[in-house]
Amino acid sequence: MEGLKRKDLLDIQSLTTEEITLIFQSARYFKDLFTRSVKTVPVLRGKTVCTLFYEPSTRTRISFELAAKRLSADLINVAVATSSVVKGESLIDTVHTLEAMNADYIVMRHAASLAPHFLSKNIRASVINAGDGFHAHPTQALLDAYSVLEKRGSLEGLTIGIVGDIKHSRVARSDMELFKRLGARVILCGPPTLVPDEFKIYDVDISYNLDDIIPELDAVNMLRIQLERQKGSHFPSFREYHRQYALTADRLERCKSDVIVMHPGPINRGIEIDHQVADSPNSIINGQVTNGVAVRMSIFYLLAGGTPLEEMEKS
Amino acid sequence: MDILIKNGRVIDPESGMDALMDVRVSGDRIAEISTGIGAASGYEIVDAEGCLVVPGLIDMHVHFREPGSEDKETIIGGSIVAAKSGFTSVCTMPNTTPVIDNQALVRFIKLEAEKGPINVFPIANITKGAKGEEITEMGELVKGGAVGFSDDGKPVMSSILMRRALEYARMFDVPIISHAEDILLTDEGIMNEGANSTLLGLKGIPRESEEVMIARDLLIARLTKGRLHIAHVSSAGSIELIKWAKGEGIRVTCETAPHYFSLTDDAVVEHLAMAKMNPPLRTERDRKAIIEGMKSGVIDVIATDHAPHLMNEKMQEMEYAPFGIIGLETAVPLVIHVLVRENNFSFIEAFKLLTINPARILKLDRGELKEGKTADITILNPARQVRVDETFIISRCKNTPFIGKDFYGSVEFTICGGKLVYKKA
Repeated sequence: MEGLKRKDLLDIQSLTTEEITLIFQSARYFKDLFTRSVKTVPVLRGKTVCTLFYEPSTRTRISFELAAKRLSADLINVAVATSSVVKGESLIDTVHTLEAMNADYIVMRHAASLAPHFLSKNIRASVINAGDGFHAHPTQALLDAYSVLEKRGSLEGLTIGIVGDIKHSRVARSDMELFKRLGARVILCGPPTLVPDEFKIYDVDISYNLDDIIPELDAVNMLRIQLERQKGSHFPSFREYHRQYALTADRLERCKSDVIVMHPGPINRGIEIDHQVADSPNSIINGQVTNGVAVRMSIFYLLAGGTPLEEMEKS
Repeated sequence: MDILIKNGRVIDPESGMDALMDVRVSGDRIAEISTGIGAASGYEIVDAEGCLVVPGLIDMHVHFREPGSEDKETIIGGSIVAAKSGFTSVCTMPNTTPVIDNQALVRFIKLEAEKGPINVFPIANITKGAKGEEITEMGELVKGGAVGFSDDGKPVMSSILMRRALEYARMFDVPIISHAEDILLTDEGIMNEGANSTLLGLKGIPRESEEVMIARDLLIARLTKGRLHIAHVSSAGSIELIKWAKGEGIRVTCETAPHYFSLTDDAVVEHLAMAKMNPPLRTERDRKAIIEGMKSGVIDVIATDHAPHLMNEKMQEMEYAPFGIIGLETAVPLVIHVLVRENNFSFIEAFKLLTINPARILKLDRGELKEGKTADITILNPARQVRVDETFIISRCKNTPFIGKDFYGSVEFTICGGKLVYKKA
């Protein structure tokens, strides 16, 4: 098998399990590079990567940019707020402009679900989804799974909780899709307003009571809760949300001692997760960030037609 | 010139006639329907061998965008598209710019339509400025030519205003057409709420958004004894509610659109914004219920909700694209293909939904094939395939998820008021 035989990386659903394995293998190789003094390789020399973020983001954008730079790509960061987009330019016209300048990879974050899918059907360049609306955030899911794999060797048989605003979360959707694919049991937890029954189509369990499920969890992903959900009456107050669904120090004590605590960031300390928990030895929140760069390097590398790196090492 | 239609299978849903007959048109009237009419000189002969001869089709729900968005469609342009699609009468919805809330605007539509090939019967607004605050001058509007009232595109959210509209319109005996949607429950949704919206991360519109409003309007119709017509029914639950209301003797009729009996929300996965309409495409269970509802008579009418939008509006993020697809040109192909061929509708069962039923709701003396009636006639070949492609679609907007598809059912000739207004090349 060679690289990823696809133009775009849009969601977890469209990836084969074989491709996922390949991404993890090469990510391991790239992560090893981080310990060396020279961290760059010439894999994408002469290629142009554009990051096009229609929503604010710190870690995902920087992670992609660092990944591209470490692969020696030419990098353009389109700052949407200062570009023609504010003059009313359409998405398709903006990207055709980037294509006319020979952009090879468009890394896009967009508030509208399926915007990267729409784009991929209408342009030649590779589209990498850096998060679309509530729909998908495949590179986040891949780095989450990779981070658990690093700790446990396999997801097979693990019970993983995803807690919080499932309904409006692209991370939750991509995570559950991938964790299930890799053999884990997934429990979604939050109030019914944020965890609709429809999610059962992912073959996951649903709980409204965090205290019930924490003793079972091998890993837990604490999603960020947003102010606008409270405004929309999905829950009455942050105080009540914290009481019911925050991962507090007290709740952490009732978890398995080696439970893995994840958070996609940015963290609302004191709302969905207490600071002692975020900074506890169980937390891999910073490790997730490091792994994010390796996973994204792996994706660029494989989309560029790179051969599996383990085989390269053998030869 | 007078017209003689030879050898066609004449279908008149009103009388139940289904027979091989000739039809002679003289002036603007149907002069004779019988077998073996001799071809006298001076007649234009239309050979309808292998074709159905049906009453001119009536579409009681189109958007021709004029005044205000003439880049999308015009009254004359839309009428030409309608003629090509087998329609001899259409009702234009009033959500134009400005909206149709005074007599001068109704007259403007009628005047424009006189230059076009078919009949246009305007629907005027229920409320002034479509603001949902005060009812329009319905008497003046009816005098100007309005055949019904609707704030289509959005609901009348105020229950008391809906009550007043249904009560007041009783004196004109015209329908109040409800765009049934609780916009608070819709909550900025863009597709049907269910498995697909969950998987795609798109905001859902629950069926209940439609059903809650239908239930409200049915009860207000019971209270007022007003005439209620429900536009674009899309869900199984809506049909249950309307069925109940008809059983109770409430004066209600309803329509569905071809896309609701042809597609489900699976189409969104493939077509994105081209499959975005309001109400949204639902599920297979709803689609089946709609087909059953048409067969059992709960659903009275097929109307297209023809909604032209420019390509650049549809070629953007689905969330930002406008609701609506064009429907005139695919109507006959979908009726023949989906209802007649796939679901065993007789031609009479299928075409009454497009002829006599809407004519009765709108009180038009049309929709029948009988001697002495206005010669609005559509001739179509149910065995001939059409491919819905860029050349087939003559509408200036081509926003349809059916592009590239083949269907049975080809409109061959359209006669309106005794004039041949369309002939397939």
